[in-house]
Amino acid sequence: MSVIAILFPPLAAAALVWLPFRRGWVPAVTVLSCLIVLGLAARISWRIAAGGSVTDTLDPAWSNWIAVDGLSALILLLIALVGTTAAIYSVGYMAHGNPRPRRLRLYHASYNLFVFSMLAIPLAAEPTVVWIVVELTTLCSALLVSFENTREALEAAWKYVVLSLMGAGIALFGFLVLFASLHAGGGGAYTWTGLVAAAPGMPALPTQVAFLLILIGLGTKVGLVPMHTWLPDAHSQAPSPVCALLSGIETTSILYVILRLFPVMQAVPGAHANTWALVLGLISVGTAAFLLLQVTDYKRLFAFSTVEHMGIILTAIGLGASAADYGAMQQIVSHSVTKSFCFFAAGATLLTVGTREIAAVRELIGRAPAASAALLFGGLAIAGAPPLAVFLSEFAILKAGLAQGRYIATGLLALFIVIAFFGVMGHLNRMVFGAPANAAPEPDGADLREAQGYRLPFTCKLALILAAVPVLVLGVYVPEPLHELLQHAAAALTR
Amino acid sequence: MSDATRQLIENLNALATGLFLLTAFGIVAMRQARGCLHLFIAQSLLLAASAALLGLRFDSGHLYGVALVNLVSKPIIVPWLLRRTAPAEIYTRREIDQALNIPTALTIALALAIGAYFLGVPLANALGPEHEGPNVPIGIAGLALGAFTLTVRREAMPLLIGLLAMENGAFLAGISIARELPVLVELAIATDGLIIVFIVGVLVRAVEQRIGTTAVGELASLREAPAKRGAQEAMP
Repeated sequence: MSVIAILFPPLAAAALVWLPFRRGWVPAVTVLSCLIVLGLAARISWRIAAGGSVTDTLDPAWSNWIAVDGLSALILLLIALVGTTAAIYSVGYMAHGNPRPRRLRLYHASYNLFVFSMLAIPLAAEPTVVWIVVELTTLCSALLVSFENTREALEAAWKYVVLSLMGAGIALFGFLVLFASLHAGGGGAYTWTGLVAAAPGMPALPTQVAFLLILIGLGTKVGLVPMHTWLPDAHSQAPSPVCALLSGIETTSILYVILRLFPVMQAVPGAHANTWALVLGLISVGTAAFLLLQVTDYKRLFAFSTVEHMGIILTAIGLGASAADYGAMQQIVSHSVTKSFCFFAAGATLLTVGTREIAAVRELIGRAPAASAALLFGGLAIAGAPPLAVFLSEFAILKAGLAQGRYIATGLLALFIVIAFFGVMGHLNRMVFGAPANAAPEPDGADLREAQGYRLPFTCKLALILAAVPVLVLGVYVPEPLHELLQHAAAALTR
Repeated sequence: MSDATRQLIENLNALATGLFLLTAFGIVAMRQARGCLHLFIAQSLLLAASAALLGLRFDSGHLYGVALVNLVSKPIIVPWLLRRTAPAEIYTRREIDQALNIPTALTIALALAIGAYFLGVPLANALGPEHEGPNVPIGIAGLALGAFTLTVRREAMPLLIGLLAMENGAFLAGISIARELPVLVELAIATDGLIIVFIVGVLVRAVEQRIGTTAVGELASLREAPAKRGAQEAMP
């Protein structure tokens, strides 16, 4: 089996959706392609976790372009997993409002191209190629963000495109400088492993400049504060399954590219890459925690929580211990599975009540018990309540921080996590149980749907249940193969 | 290659990069949308010229490839794509009301260019003696001025040109410091630039149809302010 095969199903599906089937088949094509990708990704991860290699059957000429290690396999697996549940969720979610067949096909074509571009990030070994596919993720998802074609969605898409591409321009220069310092340091293949091998000989100043340019440039797309301004807009205005992709895995897979530089920077004297990560990470967590308190839109609530979690992961990397690295990898997994669930729950609420405003939703428990339960479960899970996945990974990070003796950083991190917990739960609690303020009139759409007794589509419920399984399981224990994979992934972060 | 020829080539390259910097300043300040596009085309031609001159200087086939890609993609395909996707209105717009007035914007741009010089020269020196020359500092200046354009302009066309100008700046430095980059990668990056034009064109068309403006920078309805209706009614 060739690893490249994993790229074909989404590409083929992006073309197949334009064939003149009945429109009911269009979402099925996407789901099928995602299931194939999930199977291939699981197989790759299984082999890597067992200590094997998946690229040994490839022609050696490919080794400069394609490489898969523990970290890449982990990201691949998450993209496939969230891609699949979001595809299932899309079936029912996008049928709502009865879009024209052409628009439905456009949605699914963009969806598959977006999944394709994300899958290519962890597979590509050449940093400039990685830069190109990172650009492709922005461009493929731009039309998904603006899909609802409202004023707000268009504004969000525009901000997303301009800021992400501006960051990409800065990162491009960073990658060119990195290439130049590789050559100044004696050369070798311009791949992630080639960089790690050549790092001790590379000139310090250009390598540091390259690192900072890439950290700032790609950090824009990860949503690190202060470059995060576009993220809550784009991650709240897109259709909910797309939000799950954007928040759950797109941010993570861009963060993966930044993480690739850490083993390189460890060999460069005076680089302080870990300090940069710690500072940027803590600023992101802190800012997001306080912004969470004042949101007025529950999809933006989850979007800010993404900023917070990217900050937590980066802080964990900045702590710079192998236990913290393992915690960061665990956090990547738990954030992806939990955040995708949260956006499915938010989407279910939106379908039921027809508004995104927190203030307009009160006593949801009486009107939509299923959506309420999902929203509460998602909120508890993402805020880090035990015994769910995020709790376990955050606990691992805090424990590693204390073991390192980094009391101030760990204390701040714990404080911000607690503030964010109350931010998330306070808003959700008021939505689900709060008494309706007599001042807040319900939007017309809400009355209408309530009168009709709105029922969630079956596929939405199915996706919610499927997405809840890893959140529950990973909160209790980490299965042995995943544990192995996480260890391989954490090992890729140090020399 | 004799010393005199090398000297001549280096001088010509200095001229091309100097004019490149001038176009970058022009993009910050030019009011007419069409003028911005023309300046960008001129900038891309100067980038191609610099690539060709450095190709001659270092006898590098790759750089001729870069020059060729730039000659074909930016002056020809970019305007064609824009005509196909974006509404015709973006050409005719004239931007009166910038976020900063033009003298202030140009002063800040000047400061950015000076900063780029002080970053670029040590960077080029640290990378090795053959990278000295104006490409790295001016490339960084091009990158910074492109980013600055994005922050001060409101109209769709200057914003798009700002994005593309950032890429041009990165490349102007890149042809000096990353000469051995595979041509395949260069081609892919150029294609990527064209996809940017396509997607931005489609988005601008959607904005123009839906909201009736091409001043996309002025869209600002999404923010953390409390919802107006709720805020008014909460206060009795």
